[in-house]
Amino acid sequence: MIKVEGITKSFKVAKRSTGLLQAAKSLVHREHTIVEALKDISFTIEPGEIVGYIGPNGAGKSTTIKIMSGILVPDGGTCNIMGFTPWKNRVEYVKNIGVVFGQRSQLWWDVPVIDSFELLKDIYKIPQQEYQSTFDLLVETLELKDIINAPVRQLSLGQRMRCEIAASLIHNPQILFLDEPTIGLDAVSKIAVRQFIKTINQEKGVTVVLTTHDMNDIEALANRVILIGKGSLLYDGNLEELRKRFGSQKTITADYRKNPNPIDIAGTSVISWSPEHVVLSIDTEQTLSSEVITKLSSQVELLDVTIESQPIEDIIIQLYKEFQI
Amino acid sequence: MKVYASILKIRLLIGMQYRSAAWAGVATQFFWGFISIMVFKAFYEFAAVTPPISLKELITYIWLQQAFLAFIMLWFRDNELFDLITSGNIAYELCRPTDLYGFWYAKLLAQRLSSALLRCYPILILAFFLPKPYNLTLPPNVLTFILFVITLLLGLLLLVAISMFLYISVFITLSPMGSLLIFGVLGEFFAGLIIPVPLMPLWLQKIAYVLPFRWTADFPFRVYSGHITQSDAVIGVFIQLVYLLALLWLGKLALNSVLKRVVVQGG
Repeated sequence: MIKVEGITKSFKVAKRSTGLLQAAKSLVHREHTIVEALKDISFTIEPGEIVGYIGPNGAGKSTTIKIMSGILVPDGGTCNIMGFTPWKNRVEYVKNIGVVFGQRSQLWWDVPVIDSFELLKDIYKIPQQEYQSTFDLLVETLELKDIINAPVRQLSLGQRMRCEIAASLIHNPQILFLDEPTIGLDAVSKIAVRQFIKTINQEKGVTVVLTTHDMNDIEALANRVILIGKGSLLYDGNLEELRKRFGSQKTITADYRKNPNPIDIAGTSVISWSPEHVVLSIDTEQTLSSEVITKLSSQVELLDVTIESQPIEDIIIQLYKEFQI
Repeated sequence: MKVYASILKIRLLIGMQYRSAAWAGVATQFFWGFISIMVFKAFYEFAAVTPPISLKELITYIWLQQAFLAFIMLWFRDNELFDLITSGNIAYELCRPTDLYGFWYAKLLAQRLSSALLRCYPILILAFFLPKPYNLTLPPNVLTFILFVITLLLGLLLLVAISMFLYISVFITLSPMGSLLIFGVLGEFFAGLIIPVPLMPLWLQKIAYVLPFRWTADFPFRVYSGHITQSDAVIGVFIQLVYLLALLWLGKLALNSVLKRVVVQGG
């Protein structure tokens, strides 16, 4: 469905230095630096997949999305999406995709949301019947009924984002690119958006590529993640593997009857300790958690024990560190 | 075609939301028209030679200019398009299965049409019922009126084609102010909006006649008052068409070349 091969893109950025003298100099002569936003990115995405595209700020996520949606022309490499090269057959191609840029808006600010939808209907030349059924589905699943007649400027961010997503899907695209769809949303809206993405993926088989900084989005939605940093592809695989590879750390939290002796168990490291409470970190590849608990119960009188896998956020931070991005 | 009709519809809807702005505009244009007429009247009373355009024709010229301001003014702009370009929201426009030039052309045309539709009637009606010599007069005959409508609409199409270059230039400069000032001042001057073209010195007239701007305003208004004969008007329609096609072609070319280099910055 999506085949990206060896995409590179660099931007020419004017160097600016501080100070009046430097500013005056730059009037006559400007120095440029070449920023390599993407270096040789390749991946393939099958129909019906949900792929989380992650990486720190400035890694090149949005650039990739823009190239895949035909907005930017890359410097090199090929990209074949449903048989099209996005930047070459732009008009033909974009009929098949929906795009949401979380930080931008596609709705007309001054008129009710429904008017924007009607305009999109004509832009995409959607037959009335098809439009109506998609529209009904979107209104129902995204709970837009009460806000569809309000002008966009009166909507809250969460309401607007739901409308934006609906607007991107009104023409029934087969691929959906979401660039930070949950940015700035509250917990309820986030869950609604996630639920919806899942629904259209399962029921309509829409292929979804989403970028986000919220790892909960990834955990809830994507079974595959692509990690990029500084323009290079660092990891491409499923989330479980990522966890196994980088997330063998677990934390054990234990409450016990007051015991002044500090806890020391081989193969663990103490994260925090008080006479009634301890948090231990273990590497499950070297130490079994059951062993640790057995040893722990021999030292103190246990009241409560919880074992947690490392949060995905931590794994990502660790990853970023490891790759020095 | 349906797309363009819906753009016009949505534009009209937006325009209706700003009714007080429309009324304020009408009042301003009415006031401005009056002042211009009084100034020209004073000049005409003390003119040593017979001016090349009669006062009656001139007054008609000014009222039409005020009534169809949205059709002829280059500074009458769509800030939304500027915002799209400078803020990067153009990303969404590029994800639509439409030719961008046509899409924007339709947007700009719709904006001018909707604005003129809301504002021209009050001015035209009031100007008709003003006491002499301040009043707007009817065209000499029906054929002239038909020619006026044709030339005015062609002029509008031509003006939108010219204004497209303004928007295209913002892709390069990223700030609309400079282009607006240059286009606005030069374009409006040579369209005869400050001094009617027949009243310009001869050498300036020669320049104005070569440039496309006068075909958007000066020409249709003088067709209306009969200052330009019907046979000249028919020839003028052809010149308008040639200019229109040439500018559309150039504009498309220019837009396509800037789009290749467009960079949407930020996440």
